[in-house]
Amino acid sequence: MGEFAIGQGVPRFEDPRLVRGGGRYVDDVALPRMAYGYVLRSPHAHARIRSIDTGKAKAAPGVLAVLTGSDWEAAGWRDLPVPGGMKRRDGSPSYKPRFPALVKDRVRWVGDYVAFVVGETLHQAADAAELIEIDYEPLPAVTATANAAVPGAPLVWDDCPGNVCFARFEGDKTATDAAFARADHIVKHRFVINRVTAATMEPRGAVGDYNVADGRYTLYAVLQRAQGYRAELAQVLGVPESMVRVVAGDVGGSFGMKSAIFNENPLTLLASKLIGRPVKWTGTRSEAFLGDAQGRDNVTDAELALDKDGNFLGLRVKSLVNAGAYLQPGMPAFTGNLGTLAGVYKTPASHVDVTVVFSNTNPMRPYRGNGRPEAAYVIERMVDLAADELGLDPYELRRLNMIPPEAMPFKTSVTFTYDCGEFEKSMDIALKMADVNSFEKRRAAARKRGKLRGIGLSFTIERAAAGGFEGAEIRFDRSGTVTLVSGSHSQGQGHETVFKQLVCDRLGLDPNEVYYLQGDTDQVFFGEGTGGSRSATMAGSAFHLASEKIVVKATQIAAHLLKLEAADINFADGIFSSAKTNQTLTIQEVARAAADPSKLPKDMEAGLVSNAVFDTDTQNFPNGCHICEVEIDEDTGEVEIVDYNVVDDVGTVLNPLLLHGQIDGGIAQGLGQVLMEDIRFDADGQLLTGSFMDYAMPRARNTPAFHVESNPVPTKTNPLGTKGAGEAGCVGAMPAVANALVDALSVLGVKHVEMPATPERIWRSIQEARAG
Amino acid sequence: MKAPRFHYVRPESLDATLGLLAEYGEDARILAGGQSLMPTLNMRLSQPKVLIDINRIEALKGIAVHDGMVRIGALARHVEVMNSPIVAEALPLIAEAMPHVAHVAVRNRGTFGGSIALADPSAEMPACILALGASVVVDGVRGRRTIAADDFFIGLYETAREPDELLVEVLLPPQKPGHVSVFMELSRRHGDFAIAGIACHARVAGGVINDARLAYFGSEAKPVLGTRTMAILNGKAWPTASNEVVNAALDEDLDPIGNTFGSPATKLHLQKVLTRRVLDAAVQRARAP
Repeated sequence: MGEFAIGQGVPRFEDPRLVRGGGRYVDDVALPRMAYGYVLRSPHAHARIRSIDTGKAKAAPGVLAVLTGSDWEAAGWRDLPVPGGMKRRDGSPSYKPRFPALVKDRVRWVGDYVAFVVGETLHQAADAAELIEIDYEPLPAVTATANAAVPGAPLVWDDCPGNVCFARFEGDKTATDAAFARADHIVKHRFVINRVTAATMEPRGAVGDYNVADGRYTLYAVLQRAQGYRAELAQVLGVPESMVRVVAGDVGGSFGMKSAIFNENPLTLLASKLIGRPVKWTGTRSEAFLGDAQGRDNVTDAELALDKDGNFLGLRVKSLVNAGAYLQPGMPAFTGNLGTLAGVYKTPASHVDVTVVFSNTNPMRPYRGNGRPEAAYVIERMVDLAADELGLDPYELRRLNMIPPEAMPFKTSVTFTYDCGEFEKSMDIALKMADVNSFEKRRAAARKRGKLRGIGLSFTIERAAAGGFEGAEIRFDRSGTVTLVSGSHSQGQGHETVFKQLVCDRLGLDPNEVYYLQGDTDQVFFGEGTGGSRSATMAGSAFHLASEKIVVKATQIAAHLLKLEAADINFADGIFSSAKTNQTLTIQEVARAAADPSKLPKDMEAGLVSNAVFDTDTQNFPNGCHICEVEIDEDTGEVEIVDYNVVDDVGTVLNPLLLHGQIDGGIAQGLGQVLMEDIRFDADGQLLTGSFMDYAMPRARNTPAFHVESNPVPTKTNPLGTKGAGEAGCVGAMPAVANALVDALSVLGVKHVEMPATPERIWRSIQEARAG
Repeated sequence: MKAPRFHYVRPESLDATLGLLAEYGEDARILAGGQSLMPTLNMRLSQPKVLIDINRIEALKGIAVHDGMVRIGALARHVEVMNSPIVAEALPLIAEAMPHVAHVAVRNRGTFGGSIALADPSAEMPACILALGASVVVDGVRGRRTIAADDFFIGLYETAREPDELLVEVLLPPQKPGHVSVFMELSRRHGDFAIAGIACHARVAGGVINDARLAYFGSEAKPVLGTRTMAILNGKAWPTASNEVVNAALDEDLDPIGNTFGSPATKLHLQKVLTRRVLDAAVQRARAP
């Protein structure tokens, strides 16, 4: 089955359906007697609620229910999941804020959840929401990360002093201090990593359906991980997990954002229970800006210690991270990716000190990379800053400090132990692809055209598939066709294609006879889901194991049918054969026999079905070199990316077409943040960027063609040799683009430009550099 | 989100429309292409009592040459203006600016008259008609008036049209021989609101600029003519005129308003950059065969 073999660029099986409008998204769910919910959100960043009067709203036409914080409390359901177990600086437990689905007496961000109105139609619900009378007492708000921990800052939670949720430390402080004490050079810089939103193509949505007959709750949802989601939801509802079913169809983008249980999800279920009808809620784009959890947002002070030759001696990083108004699951995971700060370097001593603070802003969540792009940005900008300060070539400075392949496995000074990687080789391939040697000619030519041309390189590495497990199931039916049941869930990545490709390759199947199923907790036996660049590795390996189990059982059946020993049977390309007979059997014939107990060995269970759980305590480390070339209009600050080259190492490449899609999309997201995307609040905490007219997303014409090559160094930590690819593009792009911008502006004396590097900001940095 | 409750009327004639406007005045909004109105309604930023849909009124449609002027009906869609041979021939400034007006979908529905009547400070068409010295024709039960573009734009989204009046057409003088037009704007991405922009119309011969009309948009509360700058440039060869003098004139002419896309200082700087580029292009175009 060469056409579908591992490594072939098989076009996506799901695309014909999706591009023809055949997707089944949550808003496509239509149940009989369905009612519609509308969320009334806080117009204040911070306010006390003196009173709420829902009388007029309840009397409005078509209104079925108006729920407030009191109704949520009366239901006796628990808070939305809030992680705990971290510590504050003094060793006391992390602050665990309350997280009811509807607030009762205090709102903490513009968009916070005040009431849920259910009507016969959405518009009746929305009209009624305007009739709810709320007496707010506005309070001072804090939105900027740097201000949240300043003494005297408004407290988001009255009993959380200094707004500090928790602190986290990595590395060895004593060794790092010693390294800095003997350093010849210390390079310091403060980075402000701005706040962005996932801006998924499909906004969030939910349909809650409580069945009064059997007392079971069904939630049609957008998510990344069906089973984990159900477990958390059952805890919120306070019912056994078996009494909750979660179903997700196609999901139009998530990037981490949709993996949480958002307030609307239990609200649709509560409303459904109260009115005895299914309740749908679909977010608008405006609500996505107001209500979705957002990403990144930290202020980081970094220091790099070097000896006189440029060897890195130590890295010290102090970071203040914004959690938003509440603490969603996944925020602590951000700190789990601090290891990315070590980069691909031998730096013997590092110390990282992170403080997570509350603010009157949308809660924060993992967003494509979840700490990795931020950390990669910091270390790779620091290397360029160090090269500039010491007058060294940034490529040679990296080469000098890179971990060589023969040092693997290498334990870095921050968290991780890398198992493999050929960093210098990948960089050399990239330098050649980007024709770095003749760059100065291009710079000079651009100058004649009035443009400032710059080149920037990043070499980044991140942790993917961080341990854990994943399930997969292969079900042959009695006709010999197959259903694949995946524990992992696609939000657009192409799971269906890759898993079909993998199983068809292993079992010699025709993909047209294979159906792919995901996201229904009544069907999927084990679903940890997608996140942290894990699906190819975890679910891919699980399908690999499930395929092996199928082959083992099918071989026994084939041997029985052919009256031979299993050891005599060969299996290749879907056919069982033997040197001892001319007879052959297809896997479909074996599957049909498997459904008939009379054709099986005496003690064998009927059916050709296997499920497998891939379980690992290791992780893998995708890495790669990005080289970006930009041209800047000195007069206007406009930036054009003129060339972009990548050499990635994501281990075994299962499908290069999908890999390039992942890398390209990741780069677009990374450069989007560095050049234009920016969530901004005014001094009162009002969101200034509440639409796509104010929040700029990169478009095709803002990106050049990306040239992507692979230097695969398969990992031995999983049977496929894959490393995660989902976040790599984004991780590499932020520092590469930023380094290119600074390089272009360096002729004017500019040392750094904060993100997003809008024309305004670039022009200002030029003015500031000129003013000295 | 959808619009709050409103009454909807779709008159079949101009007279009926003017009658409705006389009756409802400020409580009414005119629905033409709806590309600015509908989003504000749906976001509930605007709550008119009555929506008067003028899309059926033939008298407001079309692009034609009449009495030596180009008449663009209020209901002419941007796409019609963009594809019009009359506009391409007689109004090269409009033709050059039109691709900058939002995106294809917006241009397919949005109307020329709607853009002028709304007077969005970052819109392209108001600046163009100002640069061209066009006239805006409004009608009402109290009578028809022709208002010079110079007098039409009063302030932020504010025009000389009274609440009981309807913008019916714009009259534009065709570009005369020896004149050139240049349109430039800076926006974050193509189709975004302009951060700074200029619509320029001038007589240029042998590198000497005369009768220049420079309409600035994107940076001010309304499209404004750079009158001092225009006066300085008049009768002078470009680029021999001192940049500093031009910049000093622009400091006087402009009073930029900052927003999320740019501070006042940045916008003023960008308008200076664009002024230089626009004039360079004007001279170059005049020289081109």
